[in-house]
Amino acid sequence: MRSVRWGRLAVAAVPALFIGYFFLYPLTRILLLGLSEMSFGADSVEARLVRVGWFTLWQAAVSTLLTLVLAAPMTWAVSQFEFRGRRLATALVTVPFVLPTVVVGSAFVALGWSESVGAILAAHVFFNVAVVVRTVGTLWSRLDPDLHDAGRVLGASEWKVFRTITLPLLRPAIAAAASIVFLFTFTSFGVVLILGGFRYATLEVEIYRQAVTLFDIPLAATLAIIQLVGVTGALYAYTRYQERHASTWALRSDAARQQPVGPNRILVVLSVMFTLLMISIPIAVLVARSLRPGAYAGLFEDDRVVGVPISSAGNSLLFAVIASLIAVLIGVMAAAVITERGGRLSRWFDLTLMLPLGTSAVTIGFGFIVALDWPVDLRASFWLVPIAHALVAVPFVVRTTVPTLRSIPGETREAARVLGASPWRVWREIDLPIMSRAALVGAAFAFVVSLGEFGATAFVARPNTATMPVMIYRLLSRPGSGSLAMAMALSVVLLGLTALVVLWIDRLQFGEIGAF
Amino acid sequence: MRITPLLVVALLAAACGAPAAESPETIKLIAHDSFAGAVDEETFAGFTDETGIEVEVIAAGDAGSMVNQAVLSKDNPLADVLFGVDDVFLSRALDEEIFVEHSSDLLHEVVNGLYDGNQFVTPIDFGDVCINYDKAWFEEAQLPVPTELDQLRAPVYASILTVEHPATSSPGLAFMLATIRDIGEGDDWLDFWADLKAGGVHVVPDWDTAYYSDFTRYGGDSAMVVSYASSPPAEVVFATEPLDEAPTGVIETGCYRQVEYAGILSGTEYPEAAADLIDFMLSVEFQETIPLNWFVFPANRNAELPEVFTENTTVPEFAGRFTPETVARDRDNWIDQWVAVMEG
Repeated sequence: MRSVRWGRLAVAAVPALFIGYFFLYPLTRILLLGLSEMSFGADSVEARLVRVGWFTLWQAAVSTLLTLVLAAPMTWAVSQFEFRGRRLATALVTVPFVLPTVVVGSAFVALGWSESVGAILAAHVFFNVAVVVRTVGTLWSRLDPDLHDAGRVLGASEWKVFRTITLPLLRPAIAAAASIVFLFTFTSFGVVLILGGFRYATLEVEIYRQAVTLFDIPLAATLAIIQLVGVTGALYAYTRYQERHASTWALRSDAARQQPVGPNRILVVLSVMFTLLMISIPIAVLVARSLRPGAYAGLFEDDRVVGVPISSAGNSLLFAVIASLIAVLIGVMAAAVITERGGRLSRWFDLTLMLPLGTSAVTIGFGFIVALDWPVDLRASFWLVPIAHALVAVPFVVRTTVPTLRSIPGETREAARVLGASPWRVWREIDLPIMSRAALVGAAFAFVVSLGEFGATAFVARPNTATMPVMIYRLLSRPGSGSLAMAMALSVVLLGLTALVVLWIDRLQFGEIGAF
Repeated sequence: MRITPLLVVALLAAACGAPAAESPETIKLIAHDSFAGAVDEETFAGFTDETGIEVEVIAAGDAGSMVNQAVLSKDNPLADVLFGVDDVFLSRALDEEIFVEHSSDLLHEVVNGLYDGNQFVTPIDFGDVCINYDKAWFEEAQLPVPTELDQLRAPVYASILTVEHPATSSPGLAFMLATIRDIGEGDDWLDFWADLKAGGVHVVPDWDTAYYSDFTRYGGDSAMVVSYASSPPAEVVFATEPLDEAPTGVIETGCYRQVEYAGILSGTEYPEAAADLIDFMLSVEFQETIPLNWFVFPANRNAELPEVFTENTTVPEFAGRFTPETVARDRDNWIDQWVAVMEG
């Protein structure tokens, strides 16, 4: 029995140490440093901050709502039906996720959508549709169809069944997707900087401006704390909601989708086309701009300045593999702890793991600089980049696996225990098979988070290794028709690579998934 | 006790051990991404051949982010040498005392106007922010290319000009400083901007948007954009199809010079090697590689420019610049005034 307890402790300790050393410790150090020289700004500054804070909040709420609504038809289609191109369509919606914001920004500007709130919201939907389709779709595809059919047999309309049965059952996944989209848009940086100009700024943009451009570290720290409080509040509400609405309905072991028939055929086609069209407009701009003679061939040649551009793909893949392995390991352990324990401690643990997603990249990056020279000097080391990626990727793994784990009825585990299975065996035979699909969805996100080079890495001092997004920035920041065409071509390659990786991960399955 | 030859050798080796520590195997250079991006094995090969010391480059984001990282880590520096601090961030770096003094023997070879007697940093290169124009567009429109800033007040020019926002863009800030310098402080420069606004000038957040979305050469509506004096040669070097001459030109008034400096980070264990590296970067050998790698001008006046530069651009005449202290003190205020005029 003792070894069981130690085993549980170890499972809890690994993610706790990870988040503690690579997130909480640097965060505390940098905030304390900023606050030690604290002074309050002038009234004009405060007026601007109130405006910035309000804008940050409402644009995030509206972006989240819009994303949920606009992604709903596609989510329904790919989770409920089997049709030719379903996997491809699901992979394609994930693709915008990796695009560097500068590339998306330039595509939007080229379309004439710039310096407006509309452009910012549209870009946020463009980036985040995948979060909803994949997070909600995973659960929806596995709801027991008997519930739906029973409702129909008892005379309820399709709409009533959706409203009273399906929607309540989907609530955990919808809340999970909404929380991620909210955090992403709450801390939106590049999109707002490029499409919002100076007029519209989020707290994230203002933190960057204060810390990096105006050297006002105390004010930046104050803003970072306001941002953290907002994020923590949203997350707290979310975890409470999640606990209250956790459903333990039996899930199917895996999706048994049917071919759409009758009017559903048309609806499925329309739903998928709608979403694909929405995301393909900006992508079409990229592709058009990349179609210059020699642009793709140029990626394989030694550019006199930046080297062979395509070599950055190797660096990106290496970082992405390391980051997603770390994220899955930490995320799965954390998810096991969160679902097993319940209660206040586990709620705060869950919340803390989500925080990096809602913390300003400048704060994390500068925190690394002041904190991570002890006990080993990790600053500017190779490992810091995949670790920073993993910090942002862990929440995806946790968010996709926890709802699925929660849906396992307690009796199933108890029955196994009564029959003499050890806790490890219960986990391996019951939790793991049910969760592996969800964990893989999380892994796919972790991979694309890293490929897209999210978050703190722009502010992390690092060895001179160019990833694809960095290479795209380098090409785009110099004049010349070839520079533009190659930057766009490399973006298209990044998109293609992402689609391939996501398709491949989607096909992976771990072992035989047993029914229960 | 008999002293064996072996012991002598051991003592000699130990004695040599101490100075060996002063000459490291590797020296670390922290630089902004746009410098780091063009570094390859060749970049510091001359330095390594001469001294036996390898150079490890650490990339640290944009110039502002890099200076902040250097300030935050000054008790335990990330590197031995920092390169790429410019006038905008210099006063922050000097206030925080992140550098130790170094006076290069090559300073007398530096182009006039770059070195201001500062003992802590050494100028390595400079770039001039200037308005670029689309040659073909002006030819077709049969419109003379403006030669004075004042001409831009006319709507015919203002409406085809794109500038970057001074709060979010480094060339945007430089161009705003040029207008303050040339048109005059007080209300004069603000009147100029009010005229530009009335004439329909276009303001965008960053250089990429100005150049690749707004510039007529890339399908936009502006035949003039704020860019660099080195952009026309870059157009030739990085063209998809070979060009005989640059498709863009530089308007040589209203330019603003940005200087990039290197400094030895205080706390380094190897100040001498760090000094040698800075001297190497100011030597003609290294300076002549600057234009085609970083598309800025060498600080050493003995360095020759490559042909593609001499044929397609000129180094604009130096028209003066504000001191780093002035920029640090007045920048926010100027930007606020600019915003009040342009967005009010």
